[in-house]
Amino acid sequence: MKNFAFTVSAIAMLAGGAAHAGPEAEVLHWWTSGGEAKSVAVLQQEFAEKGGEWTDMPVAGGGGDAAMQALRARVLSGNAPTAVQLKGPAIQEWYEEGVLADISAVAEAQGWADVLPASIAGHMQCEGTWCAAPVNVHRVDWIWANADVLEANGIAMPTSWDEFNAAAEKLQAAGIIPLAHGGQAWQDATVFEAVALGILGADGFRKAFVELDEATLTSDEMIAVFDQMRTLRGFVDPNFPGRDWNLATAMVMNGEAAFQIMGDWAKGEFLAAGKAPGEDFLCASVPGEGFLYNVDSFAMFEVGGDDKQEGQALLAELIVGKNFQKVFNLNKGSIPARTDVALDDFDSCAKLSSDDMAASSEGGSLLPSYAHGMALRGAQSGAITDVVTSHFNSDMTSEDAVAQLAAAVANSM
Amino acid sequence: MTDAVYSEARSQGQITRLVLRWLLYLLLFVFALFYLAPLFVMVTTSLKSLEEIRTGDLISLPRQVTFDAWRTAWASACTGIQCEGVRPYFWNSVLIAVPAVLISTLLGAINGYVVAQWRFPGANIFFALMLFGCFIPFQVVLLPMARMLGLMGIAGTIPGLIFVHVIYGLGFTTLFFRNYYVTIPAELTKAAKVDGAGFFRIFWSIFLPLSLPIIVVTVIWQFTQIWNDFLFGVSFSQAGTQPITVALNNIVNSTTGVKEYNVDMAAAIIAGLPTLLVYVVAGKYFIRGLTAGSVKG
Amino acid sequence: MKFLEDHLPKLMLAPSFIAMLIFVYGFIGWTAWVSLTRSRLLPRYEIEGFIQYERLFSSLRWDTAFTNLFLFGGLFIVISMILGLALAIFLDQNIRAEGAIRTIYLYPMALSMIVTGTAWKWILNPGLGLEAMVQGWGFEGFKFDWLVNPDMAIYTVVLAAIWQSSGFVMALFLAGLRSVDGEIIKAAQIDGIPNWRIYSAIIIPSMAPIFLSAFIVLAHLAIKSFDLVIALTGGGPGFSTDLPATYMFAMAFSRGDIGQAASSAMVMMGVVFTIVVPYLYSELRVKND
Repeated sequence: MKNFAFTVSAIAMLAGGAAHAGPEAEVLHWWTSGGEAKSVAVLQQEFAEKGGEWTDMPVAGGGGDAAMQALRARVLSGNAPTAVQLKGPAIQEWYEEGVLADISAVAEAQGWADVLPASIAGHMQCEGTWCAAPVNVHRVDWIWANADVLEANGIAMPTSWDEFNAAAEKLQAAGIIPLAHGGQAWQDATVFEAVALGILGADGFRKAFVELDEATLTSDEMIAVFDQMRTLRGFVDPNFPGRDWNLATAMVMNGEAAFQIMGDWAKGEFLAAGKAPGEDFLCASVPGEGFLYNVDSFAMFEVGGDDKQEGQALLAELIVGKNFQKVFNLNKGSIPARTDVALDDFDSCAKLSSDDMAASSEGGSLLPSYAHGMALRGAQSGAITDVVTSHFNSDMTSEDAVAQLAAAVANSM
Repeated sequence: MTDAVYSEARSQGQITRLVLRWLLYLLLFVFALFYLAPLFVMVTTSLKSLEEIRTGDLISLPRQVTFDAWRTAWASACTGIQCEGVRPYFWNSVLIAVPAVLISTLLGAINGYVVAQWRFPGANIFFALMLFGCFIPFQVVLLPMARMLGLMGIAGTIPGLIFVHVIYGLGFTTLFFRNYYVTIPAELTKAAKVDGAGFFRIFWSIFLPLSLPIIVVTVIWQFTQIWNDFLFGVSFSQAGTQPITVALNNIVNSTTGVKEYNVDMAAAIIAGLPTLLVYVVAGKYFIRGLTAGSVKG
Repeated sequence: MKFLEDHLPKLMLAPSFIAMLIFVYGFIGWTAWVSLTRSRLLPRYEIEGFIQYERLFSSLRWDTAFTNLFLFGGLFIVISMILGLALAIFLDQNIRAEGAIRTIYLYPMALSMIVTGTAWKWILNPGLGLEAMVQGWGFEGFKFDWLVNPDMAIYTVVLAAIWQSSGFVMALFLAGLRSVDGEIIKAAQIDGIPNWRIYSAIIIPSMAPIFLSAFIVLAHLAIKSFDLVIALTGGGPGFSTDLPATYMFAMAFSRGDIGQAASSAMVMMGVVFTIVVPYLYSELRVKND
């Protein structure tokens, strides 16, 4: 009966709309479980403390695919949610469809331009106006290792791919799986871009995966990237296809495998199992210069009604606020998007991430992750991933892969 | 002499029969194992602690049985910022599935009755068009349907979801009833017409009473399809009207969070319980209806 | 009044007919239109010609998905039909505990593939499931690695799909078997006709409408198989288990390429049309004679 009442009141609320006076927001996001849900609940709490009424619209699945599907249906039916978790070039794509709201007033009042790294701020702007608010920065190009396994085999964290290969061969001889990997397209792509960053360098990476420069995509260096992928394929156990990333992390935890290449959400998995960074597991950036970021953000959709617009402004302000940036990222394993948050409570991996971000931002090697939809629009990044995963899971030669890469990118335009 | 040979042959025949019968049971048993294997994995996993799953085999009996995962799945798993488990969504699904099943079954019965018994020029074309409609990939209809629901003013509501399920269930319900009614001799309708019975009278007092088995088949099918639907549920709902499959998906599909497989499995079994119940209960009527009042083809 | 009475049956069909015209055929027309445009994130309506079809046919991933449709669909439909019919005949032999067995065969349909896929994934994974278990019993040479083998993975999708749907087909056939006239069967038995002949010559031919239902149900599931692939293999290894439905979904929703998705949908519907229409035609024509 309580459930019935809940439903009825929910319907009544939605139908009636403006029963509540004050800021309102219906938030579509895909952070639905565990630490992610707790993190977003922090935002809801702050929103409620300021008198806002938050209606939750969670849709998980496929790293946001299902949420994007729901979003399209909602927009087409003329019933867009107030705020939506969106990231990367998808923000500009939606802006071009003419459905995003302008939040420049909040951004300018709060001085976002001064506290966000320039390349990240760029993602939040559409033709000069602010159209999204960043939540966090995940670093994608991490390599995780089991400290005991490395010590027992006399191996240090590799600083070049050659070192990595040598270490892996040593581990393989000792009967340990060198690289824990889950064979899902996005995980293949995650490893691929980490390798590419190391081999192509920051400029090469930008040319290939941001500008889609054909000469770089078909260069000898790109062939070398695929060669290294083929080498890595040999360091993975035969049962990797379809494995969830967290099961691969568990293999590193158990000492069954030595390394995993994965974004910093893997840290949450180690911490949840009671492992300590620096003691039980090690974190380091993958060989090569640079920093690949995956920034989550919220975009505001064009909606009618003062209550909702008030809600959007309040939400935007809170998201970039210092307190939320700190609490949220402590929960989620990432680091704050704004650079002026004190990191005293964060762990050593997060501090490393923050230092590297500042350094690479200076040096021009702070780059968007292609595998996580930060660098390219969906059609192009998807086309690249198709080739990457197809190469990794067959005996395609690197030359063929490069040729297919250029063709697939051209075909996706 | 002849008697002895005869009885030996007969007993040999009996042994063969017995062996065959055992083989038959063995075969049925092996298939039962095949069908039960995934359920076994799900149930055992749901009874383990997360610690045990992380350290042990995924496919083994639990060392220590705990019902925590079930409690969490029902009442406290997070499906977003709400941590109330699948419970609140369960009722949404009931509100969607029950009316949608009833309406689509009734419409299907009437359509099938007309197509099978009141033949008119074009009836078969209507039926063929209807059947072809079963094959439209649902991914195709999502976007235009969203627009239509918006125009009709029922976007994001439970009536909207009922409407969608009724529309795309019609092809199947019509198919089931038409195939069933087509085996009923046309003479029955003719005789009733001669007696002065009208369209509805014949349907109500002759056809419906004969229809229990096919109603059961249709209800099983429709209930299963609608209860387990995710695609429509996720596209045409909004906060407050999301069905249980969306909640289940939210529990199961964490993108970068820790996976609680025991809670996932328990939530999946809970989400499947109503359909399981329909199968167990209706399965009985299914056969009873067929053996008692069945229509001879 | 007379008019009403004459046209009542047609009037009763009218709502369904109109709904179908709009929501099925209207939407197919809409999709055809969009497939000729350069729609990206949201549908647009300026016609650009057949560019999306050219892109589609030069995509290697679509090639795989399209081939898989026939491989998967064909095997799934044929095996489910045979298995469903066989199980129905077995269950029709005065089996004890029939109700329990029937429910066991039927229940997979009740569970959402979102999670059952995970269970299957564990069972089929060579390191965790069946292969590890049998090797643990001492049969070291036992191998069952279809799930991780790009050439065989599509068959695991077939296996799981059969697991899910064959029980329902069995129920349909069982219902059919039970509705065959008992008198005819008794007469045949008295005449000494062997059981298998009774099934093959009398019972099975009389179940033609059930075959139609079963075929439509299975073909519909085959074409729409989506959750299954996503949960079991995610289309992998590589994209070796991609199906047109998953391809279409990826294009429409993760890649913001709606025009491309629409063109793949049209090709898919073309295939359905060429397979289903002749079948429907022959089935319905027989009924008319």
